Amino acid sequence: MKARTLGRHFRESFKSLGRNGWMTFASISAVAVTLLLVGSFIVMMMNLNKMADNIENDVEIKVVADAAASDAAVKELQEKVESIDGVASVEYASREEELDKVIKQYGKELALYKQSNPLGDALYVKAADPHNTAEIAKEIDTYEYTAEVVYGAGKVEKLFNVVKISRNVGLILILALLFTAMFLISNTIRLTIIARGREIEIMKLVGATNSFVRIPFILEGIWLGILGSIIPITAISIAYQQIYAYWQPKLVNEMFQLLKPMPFILQVDGLLLFMGVFIGVWGSLMSVRKFLKV
Amino acid sequence: MIKMNDVYKKYSNGVVAANGITIDIDRGEFVYVVGPSGAGKSTFIKMMYREESPTSGQIFIDGTDLGSLKNKQIPYLRRQIGVVFQDFKLLPKLSVYENVAFALEVIEETPAEIRKKVTDVLALVGLSQKARMFPNELSGGEQQRVSIARSIVNEPKLVIADEPTGNLDPDTSLGIMNIFEKINNRGTTIIMATHNKDIVNKIRHRVLLVEGGMITRDEYEGEYSYEG
Ligand SMILES: Nc1ncnc2c1ncn2[C@@H]1O[C@H](COP(=O)(O)OP(=O)(O)OP(=O)(O)O)[C@@H](O)[C@H]1O
Ligand SMILES: [Mg+2]
Repeated sequence: MKARTLGRHFRESFKSLGRNGWMTFASISAVAVTLLLVGSFIVMMMNLNKMADNIENDVEIKVVADAAASDAAVKELQEKVESIDGVASVEYASREEELDKVIKQYGKELALYKQSNPLGDALYVKAADPHNTAEIAKEIDTYEYTAEVVYGAGKVEKLFNVVKISRNVGLILILALLFTAMFLISNTIRLTIIARGREIEIMKLVGATNSFVRIPFILEGIWLGILGSIIPITAISIAYQQIYAYWQPKLVNEMFQLLKPMPFILQVDGLLLFMGVFIGVWGSLMSVRKFLKV
Repeated sequence: MIKMNDVYKKYSNGVVAANGITIDIDRGEFVYVVGPSGAGKSTFIKMMYREESPTSGQIFIDGTDLGSLKNKQIPYLRRQIGVVFQDFKLLPKLSVYENVAFALEVIEETPAEIRKKVTDVLALVGLSQKARMFPNELSGGEQQRVSIARSIVNEPKLVIADEPTGNLDPDTSLGIMNIFEKINNRGTTIIMATHNKDIVNKIRHRVLLVEGGMITRDEYEGEYSYEG
């Protein structure tokens, strides 16, 4: 395409925005509302994801060896566990260290157990993929010197389920919102195009190609998308930084950390801008389609 | 220039508007298409620039088989054909000059070329003085001339006009015929559907009589007359 023609297309697209002021406003509002909702969802989802990851990564299996097992037997057990497929790390803690932990947690009175320590040595096992935790635990349970395997059994699975469901629900909601917005915009633009149907028809009859007719509308869609995403981008950026500044200091627990605003917010902003432009372009292409069949 | 081979057109509502048309029109000819209202004249014409496509049969324009034309190629077919529409199809928000220039902008002519061609063609149709006016400020005959100017501004080899003298007084009609004669003398092929008996009988050219979607008479230096 020639630069001159592109210039014409730009002029046409701006003219059309101005000429259809009311429709332009309606389209921009539709994009803005949708992106505000979608953006909030994304921010929540991403944080939920991060939390889920933290929790997932925190899932570990505690293997207690037989109190009667010799050091060599425990060493052998550790090697066996290390060789299981999907085990990421195995940490050894002696029975003395284990008892110290218990004493620290439950009080000095328990110090008398130091005379005859009832505990066994312990192994802390992490799976490379937390979803394999249950399987690995089961495997370890069959070993000779294993006295006990602990890994928050049902709880972990439940947590995974909750995370999975909320991810899917969120995704479906986001998609539904995007579709609604596209539909709204294509209808809004269609109304403005009906008035221009004659112009398009004449263009086609005097030999305009489809892309020549389409490009101003594509550009118009891009402007609508950009204008429509300004408010949500600003709102979400500011709101998230406020929330982060307020909440983050109070969230000392390692499992519940908010994502740092940078570069997270920039990524969300970029995504929103992209979605806005996509919705705008898609909407205007849908509405111009019918008129190109001349 | 135009060749039709057993062309048949049935609209989606069941109306058969072309019922086996076979015709051969040479380069440089001037052809009137006459016949009663609803006979299929406009349909015959619209199939030439693919506003409508035939249900069956073949159409060749300047050797190109329209049946084998891809959608993408249609604009380039239309650029070779100037069409004067029965309802003018002018854009009300554009001036006379802009309406004519529009046809050249759409095919990406350079601004210098556009200026030159539009100025020339407006002089040819006698509208130089009214270039800045808008369609609703013009008389029917003047609007018709804008429409003609737009159809010929790109110097097409073929000009198709659907009732270009409809609703015009005899003098204005003659004026418009003058323009067509001029471009015909430059070698442009002209197809003109018309109900204007006086003109057809006065300025003699080949006459095709269309009745019930068929060409029932084809005479050089023909007359308008038909029964019914
Ligand atoms: N788009 C369409 N859909 C359905 N039927 C149509 C369409 N266009 C034309 N027809 C029908 O086809 C027949 C021929 O119409 P056409 O417009 O070709 O006639 P015409 O000879 O140009 O008439 P007129 O002299 O009044 O302009 C008519 O019966 C008309 O009702
Ligand atoms: Mg007609």
